[in-house]
Amino acid sequence: MSGDNIFTGLVEEHDGDARWAFGTGFTEALAGVDTTLPEGVDGPALAEYCQMLGDDALVQAQRLVHWVTDAPELEEEVALANIALDLLGQARLLLARAGQADGTGRDEDAFAYRRDASEFRNVRLTEAPRGDFARCIVTLLVLSSWRLALFTRLAHSVDPVLAAIAAKGVNELAYHREYAVSWALRLGDGTPYSHERMSAAVADVWPLTGELFAAHPVETSLAGLGAGVDPASVREEVREVLDQVLTAATLDAPGAFPDGEVSGREGRHTDELAPLVEELQRVAREHPEATW
Amino acid sequence: MVTTTPNETRRRAWKAAAAVTDPELPMLTLADLGILREVEVSEEGAVAVWITPTYSGCPALAEMRVDVDRALRTAGFDDVEVRTALSPAWTTDWITEEGRRKLTEHGISAPGRAPARPSGPVPLTLLPTRTAPRCPRCATADTEELSRFGSTSCKSLHRCRSCLEPFEHVKEI
Repeated sequence: MSGDNIFTGLVEEHDGDARWAFGTGFTEALAGVDTTLPEGVDGPALAEYCQMLGDDALVQAQRLVHWVTDAPELEEEVALANIALDLLGQARLLLARAGQADGTGRDEDAFAYRRDASEFRNVRLTEAPRGDFARCIVTLLVLSSWRLALFTRLAHSVDPVLAAIAAKGVNELAYHREYAVSWALRLGDGTPYSHERMSAAVADVWPLTGELFAAHPVETSLAGLGAGVDPASVREEVREVLDQVLTAATLDAPGAFPDGEVSGREGRHTDELAPLVEELQRVAREHPEATW
Repeated sequence: MVTTTPNETRRRAWKAAAAVTDPELPMLTLADLGILREVEVSEEGAVAVWITPTYSGCPALAEMRVDVDRALRTAGFDDVEVRTALSPAWTTDWITEEGRRKLTEHGISAPGRAPARPSGPVPLTLLPTRTAPRCPRCATADTEELSRFGSTSCKSLHRCRSCLEPFEHVKEI
C-alpha cells in the first residue's frame, strides 16, 4: 500500500479484501436464484410486466429523495429516504428479473441508467411533480395502498421469482401505508390550515388515479395465466381503503376513481419524467466505467 | 492430513458463515439474525451458501455476501458461491433469542412479534396496532415513538418517558 496518499491506498486492489464503497463485485440482485420461466409464460411479456412494476418503484423512489434536506422535520426526511430505499430494492429485483426473462441478460443498471424516458413503463402518478408535503403524503397513501393490493395477489404468481419479490414487498408496503395513514390523519384532522392543504392535495392527486386501474394488454394476458395481476381487479379494494382513511381524516372522499386510460405503461408520459430520468442517470452516463 | 466426513465439513462451513456479523448491527451474527438459510458442500468441496435479504433494498446484503465469501475462504474453502434466497421472505420473527438478548444489551430494543401478513383483501386498521417497545435501559413500557424510521431501514426511533433516553427499536416486519 502506498503511504503518501491515503486515497491511493483505498483504490488499490486488495486480494480478497473487498471495499464496499468501491463496489463489492456482487452486483446481481438475483444471484443464485432459480430463474427458470414458468411453463406457458412468455419471457418478453413477463419482462415488460416486471419493467412496469419496477419502473413504478424506481421513479417514485427518485421523486421521494427530493425530500431529503427539504422535509418539514429531520425524522420525515429519514422516513421518506427509507421508503425510497425499500422501493429502490424492489425495483432492482424486478428489473434484474426483466433482463433474465427477456433473454437479453441486461442487468438492473442497463434498465435504470441506459433507457430513455420514453422507454420507462411507470404510471404517471409516480412521475407527477413533488408538490408540498400534503401532496407527498396523499400520493404515498394512494400508491402504497394500490401497490400493496397488487403485491398481495402477486405473491401467489406462478412465477416463483415474482411471487417471492412480491411477498417480500408486502411487508414493506404495509409499513409505508401505515406511515402515510398516520400523517393523513394528523394533517387532515389537524388545524383548519392543514386540513385545507390536505383537501387541495387530494383534489390534485385524484385525477391521476384512474390510470392505476387501467389494464395494459400485457397485464391482462399475464393475469389470465396466473403470473400477473389485472389492476382493475383491485379497484374496489383500494377504493374502500382510501375511503376509510379519508373519512377518518375528515377529508371529503371525492367519489369513485375517474376512468383512466393506459398511458405510462405504453411509454406515454408527462413532461415531468424526462428531467427526472436525466437526473437519475446523469452520473452513470457521464462516467460509464464507474462501479458501485 | 486429517480426514473429515462430509457432515463435519458442512458443519465447519456452516460455523464459518454463521459467525459473520451484520455490518450495520455488528453485535449480531448472520445466525442471530436468521438470514443464513442453507449451506451445502459438494463431494469436491465446493461450498454454496444461501442468505436472504432482510429488506428488498438493504444495502448491507452485498457486503454480507462478500464477508461470507471471505470467511469461508479464510476457513480453507477455495470454491465458494454465495447465493440469494428470496422465499420465504425474512421476518423479524427469525431473529433468535440470543440475537434479541444481544440487541437489548447494546441498547437497541428487540422486535416483538411481526404483524400477521395480510392475505386476500388487505385489512386496514386505523387504531395503533404496534405495542410500544420497552426501554432497553430501564425496561419500562412507558415509551413514545419519535419516528417510524431510524438510521437504517430495520429500525425506528423511540424515547423512554421514564429515564428520558432515546433508543432505537428493530421494527416488527
